[in-house]
Amino acid sequence: MPPAAPRDGPDLTTLAIETTGLRKEFGDNVAVRGLTLQVPAGEVFGFLGPNGAGKTTSIKMLLGLVAPSAGSGQLLGQPLGERAARAKIGFLPEHFRFHDWLTAEEFLTLHGNLYGMALPRLKARLAELLELVSLTPFRKKNLRTFSKGMLQRIGLAQALLNEPALVFLDEPTSGLDPVGRRLVRDIIRDLRAKGTTVFLNSHLLSEVEITCDRVAFIKHGEVVRLSDLKTLVEGETRVTLRASGLTPEVLAGLAELGHDVRADGAQVTLTVSGEADLPALARYLVGHGSDLYALTPQKLSLEDLFVQIVGTDGGL
Amino acid sequence: MGGYSMAGPNATLTITRLTFLEAARRRIALAAFVLGLAFLLLFGIAFYFVTTETGLPTGDDPAGTLLRGQVYNFLCLMGLYAINFLTIAMAALVAADTLAGEISTGTVQALVTKPVRRAQIVLGKWLGFAVLLAVYLALMAGGLMLIVYALAQYTLPNLLPGVLLIYLETLVIMTLTLAASSTFSTLATGGVVFGLWGLAFIGGFVEQVGAVLNNPTVVNVGIISSLILPTEAVFRRAAFIMTSPVAQALGLMNGPVFVASVPSALMVVYAALYLLAVLGLAVRQFNRRDL
Repeated sequence: MPPAAPRDGPDLTTLAIETTGLRKEFGDNVAVRGLTLQVPAGEVFGFLGPNGAGKTTSIKMLLGLVAPSAGSGQLLGQPLGERAARAKIGFLPEHFRFHDWLTAEEFLTLHGNLYGMALPRLKARLAELLELVSLTPFRKKNLRTFSKGMLQRIGLAQALLNEPALVFLDEPTSGLDPVGRRLVRDIIRDLRAKGTTVFLNSHLLSEVEITCDRVAFIKHGEVVRLSDLKTLVEGETRVTLRASGLTPEVLAGLAELGHDVRADGAQVTLTVSGEADLPALARYLVGHGSDLYALTPQKLSLEDLFVQIVGTDGGL
Repeated sequence: MGGYSMAGPNATLTITRLTFLEAARRRIALAAFVLGLAFLLLFGIAFYFVTTETGLPTGDDPAGTLLRGQVYNFLCLMGLYAINFLTIAMAALVAADTLAGEISTGTVQALVTKPVRRAQIVLGKWLGFAVLLAVYLALMAGGLMLIVYALAQYTLPNLLPGVLLIYLETLVIMTLTLAASSTFSTLATGGVVFGLWGLAFIGGFVEQVGAVLNNPTVVNVGIISSLILPTEAVFRRAAFIMTSPVAQALGLMNGPVFVASVPSALMVVYAALYLLAVLGLAVRQFNRRDL
């Protein structure tokens, strides 16, 4: 038996977030039907779903902003809404507006004070974080003068002040240019390296695909699918190939190597169980007298999966 | 990873500091002080002409002193009534948007997800406004009395208890506005507070008419309206104790507020309890609210 592996993956023994049947009704309208979720500590967790799927309400329930109509949950081992857990949590709200008559420095000091941080530690963090989000030259400027991207970055710094164990990022890359988006990605990577749990709500699926370990797909306020992004990447692959001499016998043989075979003249698409099947596919065709001109694997992107799971109706 | 700490009672003071800073940065305080200064200037000019050009008796004889005292008393109470109104307006204006506005813009989300109690946010703001109003009222009433003293060497009787009663009244309005702001939108808050204030104002008027007509039923209708919002009643009590003893003894009305029926000291106790209850309501509403 190998010795205990160094801690490079999520710590599966402790859960940062655990909910059972969280439900929220606003009058007759059910915003979240029943959210049951487990996020291990140290994981970067993506929360995906169409608009109106109840994502923001779900996050608000986790953070104690909105009281659930039913169900229960824990954050960092504390019941939802508990003050002790909030000391270890960072939160970047969606569509936030901060007190824009504060300077960047005053703004971070305010939030550090609310975390109850001691002054020396707060000062050190403040300098570190302003540097991290590249706003040091603007520290004395009023937030009112900040661009949307700068506000998003100062908001991110605010969410990291207390070196949280769990960070909620609600659309962290909205309003950011490509440089800003890369910054957010790098920050998330650093957080993961430090063992911080990240709960990421983003519409930018490509971002999620790069940064997250696991994703939950939400529809009508319920988790409809949990996917491990590593298996998603390594999993089923759709292949397009162009070849001549594709007799019915050859095509029938292809159905043994993969499934969902569709032939259109010289072009065939089929799904194989992984990249490892590709050489066998090529050998088979050549061995059965076909001339192979092209063989192109197409990874199932997160976007494809999203549309497959959520549907094109947007889940409404 | 550093040790975590919980925001203690300091969180309340952090919010209080933020409230001062907001009043200063958003020029709310500046606007109020400029307006107040303009009022004091106007009052000073008017008072100067009343004392010099209206042919008031200037001698030291008892009748002259008495008459002058009556006129000064009347003018001071009139000035205080205007200051009372300015302070109430400031109380309602600063408190109306504070919770409702931060809830509607989502600003409050980053605050309440910190390890603070929601009550600390409400109490921190309350404390900030209470200090702001105290400073404003002290400067305005102090300025008024300085002008009067400089021009006529006159001082209102029971000045400190009287001004403290006016302060209590403005605190009641501010607290009520905060409670409404924790429940309704900014605009609805304005409507609720202005509506209740109007009710109390009319109720106070009804009570006085009832007293003049010697009709206890009408007086009671007025008193009940004062129970809904005791601000006018507290002001009338303040005006009464600051009225010159002569006028009090003669049962004369003085000042712009017609004090025929004097609210009892019990009404002051009621107003203080009312304030605490409404503050509790503000905290409760904010605690329960989905943000």
